[in-house]
Amino acid sequence: MAEALEAIKALATGFATTFKHLFRKPITEEYPEFKRTLPERTRARIILTRDPDGGERCVACYLCSAVCPVSCISMQSAEKEDGRRYATWFRINFARCIYCGLCEEACPTSAIQLTAMFETCERDILTLVYEKEDLLVDHGGKDKEYNFYKYAGVVTQEGGKGEHIKEDKPVNVKSNLP
Amino acid sequence: MDWIIGIIVLIVKLGLVLVGLLLLAAYLVWVERKFLARLQIRYGPNRAGKFGLLQPIADALKLMVKEDTVPEAADRILFLLAPAVVATSALLMFAVVPFGSHLTLWGKKIPLVITDLNVGLLYVFALSSLGVYGVALGGWASNSKYSLLGGIRGAAQMISYELALGLSLVPIVMHAGSFSIVDIVNAQAKYPFILLQPFAFVIFIVSAMAESKRIPFDLPEAENELGAGYHTEYSGMRFGLFFLGEYVHMQVLGAFVAVFFLGGWRGPLLPAPVWLFIKIILVALIMIWIRGTLPRLRYDQLMAVGWKVLIPAALLNIMVTGAILLI
Repeated sequence: MAEALEAIKALATGFATTFKHLFRKPITEEYPEFKRTLPERTRARIILTRDPDGGERCVACYLCSAVCPVSCISMQSAEKEDGRRYATWFRINFARCIYCGLCEEACPTSAIQLTAMFETCERDILTLVYEKEDLLVDHGGKDKEYNFYKYAGVVTQEGGKGEHIKEDKPVNVKSNLP
Repeated sequence: MDWIIGIIVLIVKLGLVLVGLLLLAAYLVWVERKFLARLQIRYGPNRAGKFGLLQPIADALKLMVKEDTVPEAADRILFLLAPAVVATSALLMFAVVPFGSHLTLWGKKIPLVITDLNVGLLYVFALSSLGVYGVALGGWASNSKYSLLGGIRGAAQMISYELALGLSLVPIVMHAGSFSIVDIVNAQAKYPFILLQPFAFVIFIVSAMAESKRIPFDLPEAENELGAGYHTEYSGMRFGLFFLGEYVHMQVLGAFVAVFFLGGWRGPLLPAPVWLFIKIILVALIMIWIRGTLPRLRYDQLMAVGWKVLIPAALLNIMVTGAILLI
């Protein structure tokens, strides 16, 4: 008998709880009207960023293209007169991209980055193929100060041998013997 | 000449009831989705039209234009027939529900019921047993393990709750002294039977919910274990027919709760069909509330409740009612 009473009490509390919820304001965020600010590291539409001086960061090393699990990144590398490498063309097929973020992790120059812009739906699937002009932005993304050629030991206009940040002058290997 | 007028009147009544039932079934889906959403502090459908009122129409259109697939290994004829069995058996049950006493048109009395069978109650039970065939055959003909399990569960569940359903209404028949549903409503002219038979009411509601395969008795379709149970393999409007059957069943259940326990179309002020409508909606809302609150029963619990609680309680209720009526 006590068991039955307990069961009835449990049922009544359950029904009371759901009934009370009937008069609460719904907590739904109604998407197209209300857009919540997404976390900084949300993985969506990919951009190609520039260094603080406005140069393209991408050095066309093919690492992102190699690591991409769905092979949606392709490019052609070339070299400027001053020794800076760049991509003559750079293409991302967003119809294939799974937004895993591996390209961003692989990038040695912080060039390729994922942004929070996720509303990329299109009627025509071919409009989802983005060329370099569509991908390039004029800011540094998440890593604003970084300039790859100021650190890398590559001779460009940014500096010759031993003139980069945290780089020692080249030593004469002949005089450096033990 | 008389029989032609009779047939015309019958067809008009059939048409009105059918359209009413189907429209109400569509909007019952909307009511359920809205009400259930509010119970879970959500909004529910609110995109198609004002308050999402066009949602049922959009759903129906979508179901109709979807491809109607038949699995290669399925038993084709049975597979195609099973949804119709479910939908028609649910729709036909409404034929004996009175929605008013009678209309007088051009000096002729037109009873507001499609047919006043003298065994109306038995007709209802017969049809609700037929509904089991739709579920069991649909599950079997799909030739899929999920469907088969759903169908077996459906058959077992509905057969065991049929007993309690029938037995719970025997006291009502004893009070009214007739199997005719019109007579049963007329017997409640002074007071509804729920005051006389509260236990029968509870037993009837529980077993009728099990009959209509709704949460907490939705074992035949148990989404998280069986995919979608007996209608896993169905698509398009054939799935829609199962769906329609379920919601028509909900209305029929509401109508029978009203007819057997709440005095049917009787009520003050408002016209008779409106009272029946209000009672149907009320029962439907309570069923949705139950759905929003209770989890699904386990299979053994389901059987234990049916055979060890509801059937003995219903038998006891019959004996006590009989004893009281004799004294």
